[in-house]
Amino acid sequence: MKSKNIFTTDKKDTKEKFIKISLFLSATISIFITFGILYAIIFEAIRFFDMQSFWYFITGTQWSTEAAFLEGAGRVEDASGVATAQFGSIPLFAGTFMITFIAMLVAVPIGLFAAIYLSQYASTKTRSIFKPMLEILAGIPTVVYGFFAAITVSPLIVKIANYFGMDASFNNALAPGIVMGIMIIPVISSLSDDVISSVPRSMEEGSLALGMTKAETIKDIILPSALPGIIAAILLGISKALGETMIVVMAAGLRPNLTWNPLEDLTTVTVIIVDALVGDQAFDSALTLSAFALGLVLFFVTLLINIASVYLIKRFKEKYKVSNL
Amino acid sequence: MKNENIFIDPQLQKRHLKSKIFKLFAFSSLLVACLFLVWFLSDMVNRAIPAVKNNWIQIEVTYNETTIENPRKSIDKKYRKIASKAWLRDIRFYVEKHPELLDTTTLTWVLADDQVDQYIKGHNNRLKSKQKKIVDNLQESGKLESRFNTIFFTRGDSKHPEYSGLLSATVGTILTLLVTMAFAFPIGVMTSIYLEEFAPKNRFTEFIEININNLAAIPSILFGLLGLAVFITLFGMPRSSPLVGGLTLGLMTLPIIIVSSRAALRTVPDSIREAGYGLGLTKWQIVKDHVLPLAMPGILTGSIIGLAQAMGETAPLIIVGMIAFIPDSPTSITDAATVLPAQIFTWAGMPETAYIERTAAAILVLLVILITLNAIAIYLRKKYEIKW
Repeated sequence: MKSKNIFTTDKKDTKEKFIKISLFLSATISIFITFGILYAIIFEAIRFFDMQSFWYFITGTQWSTEAAFLEGAGRVEDASGVATAQFGSIPLFAGTFMITFIAMLVAVPIGLFAAIYLSQYASTKTRSIFKPMLEILAGIPTVVYGFFAAITVSPLIVKIANYFGMDASFNNALAPGIVMGIMIIPVISSLSDDVISSVPRSMEEGSLALGMTKAETIKDIILPSALPGIIAAILLGISKALGETMIVVMAAGLRPNLTWNPLEDLTTVTVIIVDALVGDQAFDSALTLSAFALGLVLFFVTLLINIASVYLIKRFKEKYKVSNL
Repeated sequence: MKNENIFIDPQLQKRHLKSKIFKLFAFSSLLVACLFLVWFLSDMVNRAIPAVKNNWIQIEVTYNETTIENPRKSIDKKYRKIASKAWLRDIRFYVEKHPELLDTTTLTWVLADDQVDQYIKGHNNRLKSKQKKIVDNLQESGKLESRFNTIFFTRGDSKHPEYSGLLSATVGTILTLLVTMAFAFPIGVMTSIYLEEFAPKNRFTEFIEININNLAAIPSILFGLLGLAVFITLFGMPRSSPLVGGLTLGLMTLPIIIVSSRAALRTVPDSIREAGYGLGLTKWQIVKDHVLPLAMPGILTGSIIGLAQAMGETAPLIIVGMIAFIPDSPTSITDAATVLPAQIFTWAGMPETAYIERTAAAILVLLVILITLNAIAIYLRKKYEIKW
């Protein structure tokens, strides 16, 4: 039987339902995007592995794509002269990890101690001066950092290295690494600041009451409690460094180079992705598709790191019952 | 005299000293971070200062049919390496504006070549000593003038640094960001309304939430791969266009808008919603007429911050081809275009030294826009913040 309730009308009900469904649909778009990325990358990566050996891709130490480049540019006859293309990604990932490592050497100590000062020592006034400065650091576009690394930091490093009698390439790994570290300082400091600030005050006060100095309290009580959150912040920084593109494109080299020396030129995964996709390559050439294979690995590595980071933060929140992180 | 108080740890002084050193160390880290910022900003300003002025020379220019066809012939041979080729190419438009000049030879202020510009500014240049002498003579006789570089703001990109400006990149940026916001703002706000107001607490909702968090942390270059594979190859949208670039940036901006909109919706107290129910309003009526307007300042703040982030993004746009050479401003979202950060990237890769100062100047322009956007966001938040 039809409802005779004068306060509701069927028209209102359908409208409400329609709105609810459209809101739901827009919420699912984010899922489509993630799967879109995954689909686009996996699909092209599979085509790449049809042409090239998957095993060599993950274990090979030679990345030389000249032959594939010539083929992709439609110059098959020229390609016969050079050695066949080899897609071994180890040197690229080694370069990526090298630059990430340098960046973290800069960002972790500075970011962490800046967070400690801001959350434990700074007065409200000092905070209001330094916090915006860190936020500006976070808001600078990466292309700008890249220019800075290439035009200022890199020549400076070459000069210093020459002064100590060492050889340094103008595309050395140190310059992009250091500048990337500067870029990541605010990532680490802001999350660590939040985490350290949300360690319960009672713990700190208990420690002070027992006669520990402020530094001892921070080192032995606050930092160990905040550790999961701090690790999460560092992981987030690492994932940002791994995926960073513009700084390395502008300041690092283009030569795949398996080396331990940060003064040499080397290249990274993201540089090769950009290099493979800029230019007039046929879309289905091995070189273009190799960018998607590299992107796939990058996607999963950063995804795993992010999941670990979110998990650690969640555990921290549950342990100390904080809700505003 | 020795202190006999047993409660005082003999190592106390040492411990206090350590504590002080620790504090100093923490403070110096913070200082180092800020010194980096100061170093960076002063370096950019230093490099950008020369770009404020460009140089003009007053020489005889012949205006007639042949010189309009072949502008290089319009000036004396000895000035050909000194005057800007790109500027001379446009004398046709100059004559159109001043028709009385046709078939005359007039003293005209002509834009100087970038090498002259660099010579006068004391940078490295490729001028030969003969040309330097001509420039010196012009300078002595007052026929060389440094003026404010308006070309930088009124012209598009050019292969000649002295004649290149930011106009086409700025128009490209505006078109791209319009597409970005047209896509990301409605979907972002609708998603956050669904998640905050309507979503049941179940696995699927949780999945959407995790998904959005992950989306925010995916490296930007992968969005470029998505744009290339889906928008360009699959849907056949035009490469290098603000449409593709804007949509790609929109996908990246979406999580930022969702997170901030949800936070804004959450600050609206439940009493507002309950009052609505008490009056017999439907859920949508409450959201549309009461919750959303109250949360709007927060949503706008978050969107502006997302916009600023999208504006500085370069990597995904390079992948979808937005680094093309664009001398004229794009007129629609399907034209080939470039954006400010991509323009910075292209100029940074140019061999001519005159591009370095222009790159730095473009960087300052971009930073000023970004800081202004963020300042607007902070102002909005401060002004409309409601303490419940």
